[in-house]
Amino acid sequence: MSTLTDLLQQVVEGIGSGAVYASLALALVLIHRFTGIVNFAQGELAMLSTYVAWQLMASGMPFWLALPVTLAVSFVGGMLVERLVIRPVQGAPELTVVIVTVGLFIFVNAAAGLIWSFTVKAFPQPFPDGGIDLAGVRMDWSTVGIIGVVAVVMGLLYLLFQHTSIGLVMRAVACNPESARLSGIRVSRVLMLGWGLAATVGAVSGVLVAPVLFLEPNMMGGVLIYAFAAATLGGFDSPVGAVVGGLFVGVAETLAGAYVDVIGPDLKVGVPLVIILAVLLVRPQGLFGRAAVERA
Amino acid sequence: MRNITALRAAAAATAALLTATACSTQRGQDDQGTVAGGTCKGQQTTGITDKTIKLGGIYPLSGPASAYGTISKGVAAYFKYVNDHGGIGGRKVDFVVRDDGYQPPKAVEEARRLVEREKVFAVFQTLGTPSTAAVWDYLNQQKVPQPFVATGASVWGTDTKHPWTIGWQPNYVAEARMYAKYLKDEKPKAKVAVLYQNDDFGKDLLGGFKKAVAGSGVKVIAEESYEVTDPSVSAQMTSLARSKADVLLDVTTPKFGSQALAADAKNTQWNPVHIVNNVSSSAAVLKPVGFKNVQGVVSATYFKDPADPRWAQDPEVKTYQDAMHEYAPDADPANQFNAYGWAVASSLHKALDAMKCPTREGLRDAVRNLRDVKVGMLLPGVTLSTGPDDAFPIETLQLMRFKGERWQLFGKPVDTRKEFGPLTD
Repeated sequence: MSTLTDLLQQVVEGIGSGAVYASLALALVLIHRFTGIVNFAQGELAMLSTYVAWQLMASGMPFWLALPVTLAVSFVGGMLVERLVIRPVQGAPELTVVIVTVGLFIFVNAAAGLIWSFTVKAFPQPFPDGGIDLAGVRMDWSTVGIIGVVAVVMGLLYLLFQHTSIGLVMRAVACNPESARLSGIRVSRVLMLGWGLAATVGAVSGVLVAPVLFLEPNMMGGVLIYAFAAATLGGFDSPVGAVVGGLFVGVAETLAGAYVDVIGPDLKVGVPLVIILAVLLVRPQGLFGRAAVERA
Repeated sequence: MRNITALRAAAAATAALLTATACSTQRGQDDQGTVAGGTCKGQQTTGITDKTIKLGGIYPLSGPASAYGTISKGVAAYFKYVNDHGGIGGRKVDFVVRDDGYQPPKAVEEARRLVEREKVFAVFQTLGTPSTAAVWDYLNQQKVPQPFVATGASVWGTDTKHPWTIGWQPNYVAEARMYAKYLKDEKPKAKVAVLYQNDDFGKDLLGGFKKAVAGSGVKVIAEESYEVTDPSVSAQMTSLARSKADVLLDVTTPKFGSQALAADAKNTQWNPVHIVNNVSSSAAVLKPVGFKNVQGVVSATYFKDPADPRWAQDPEVKTYQDAMHEYAPDADPANQFNAYGWAVASSLHKALDAMKCPTREGLRDAVRNLRDVKVGMLLPGVTLSTGPDDAFPIETLQLMRFKGERWQLFGKPVDTRKEFGPLTD
């Protein structure tokens, strides 16, 4: 195998894992856009949704029926979390809200362990086995599938935001909640909707990664770190940025692990943290984000 | 995630500290343990009388490693069974189980509780290398025996500063030596790729393997490590596949074991002999991957698998099955972890029987003076042996290969100590 094919193979691997980070980063970005909150529990909610899908399938439901049911449950669940857990601390200092989401993280993780135990569970692969082989570079159908699904989710979100009236309302709230409220928009409902949407996108992410990572309560913990790096890199208020950031982080991590001897597999996990640090120093708003402008 | 783990650890540590201070203020006049007279004069008799013996165990009954917690059920079932059949030398065993959730600070707290409040005779089993390492200083300071810890780190046997602590199961180096011997005999020119967990466990096994194959035709040509916080090992598996090695040594813990086995099965271009270490050889790891995907995988073991029909008529396994039904009806007798608990508890029984003095010192010396002691639940040919220069009770293993829906033993049991010499630091 030539070094070039080798390199391309690594890039493909990176894109594969990057698409996963991108999908969770999308959910992070959605919530942040609407509420200004960084939701540490996003990964755990995604994991919980995946368990719901697993439970449905364990009770005999086929995958393609369990999926929409799971998405619906996650949507409602996300809205409930906003209503019951987040709203009481709305308006509190940011740190309070962050601590609440961290608490949610620990609670959901422990609850999942209690209900489903910590032993790994098999999750069916919705995409066919095998893959395509392009001049020695191999891409699994599951990787192709993940990239495809993330692209579709992106497209749907774009349509929702840009071409529907509810999307317009949501953008108005994201842009300026005060003015939106004054013009008669029920901001709290829109916020609930935002959490519901984010939970749904997270559920997609969980269901996509579970066949590869194997389902267990800590499944999304590692993914979340990379998703944070992706969202920071792309800009916390840009869905496109989240996806580009995710792919970039995935490829950077894989290449650094394979080619930079000092890094090697041992320090691979440091790559996203370096990315986060570098972005915050050089361009805090991220590649695609808008800098917060404050009137003097 | 890392921050959160750190946060959790900090919280737990604070809790442990608070409890510790609380304990030390509560410690009063009755803190002194009891001592023996006669020929055993001056030795500690805390937790043991002519009629009873009190033991304490610390297991992860909750948390990420809770699958191992069921070992305590196998142990408890054994002691209940023995109590109904006369006890150990006429003494009834009182076995107190505490949960540390696989968190070292919590293990310290529970060890103090067992020693200072429950006043146990010995801490019989702490589970996992981190929890065991967290409590062994304390237990050795208190001169409380910590026999047969449930972890395979070689340090329990090579260390000389903790005479009250000893392992039981084959250490990771012994296991690595078993695989090395297998390859040297069957594939003397093997090119080996290694996937290992980047911590003491992974390095212990990999280091032992490299030493054991040194100077032979078996060569390690690729190694990849992962962190327990990594989402997956798929990138590592891709890199290893590029090495075109003909053997994959898979040194992983359960979740990553499943991932590695699945990645190997998916890659039809690379079909190495897959050796999975004992830690990841349980059905809980293989089943999610699908039995059809793990055919021919090789591992090593040392005790009888209760699900193996080969042992269906084995008297010890039958006793075990009956006792489990009677004393631990909520536990699955086919689960290897329960059988492990049974095996280690009956090993302790033998050690208690062999005590010259019924004291803590007596147990400390007895576990370090075992001569070819047979234990029914261990594989034929596997015995407990220790001595002044040997603090590793079990160093004999046998290979097994996955076929159909279960492991099948093959080859002969190998005493890795005889084969490779004593293991020193």
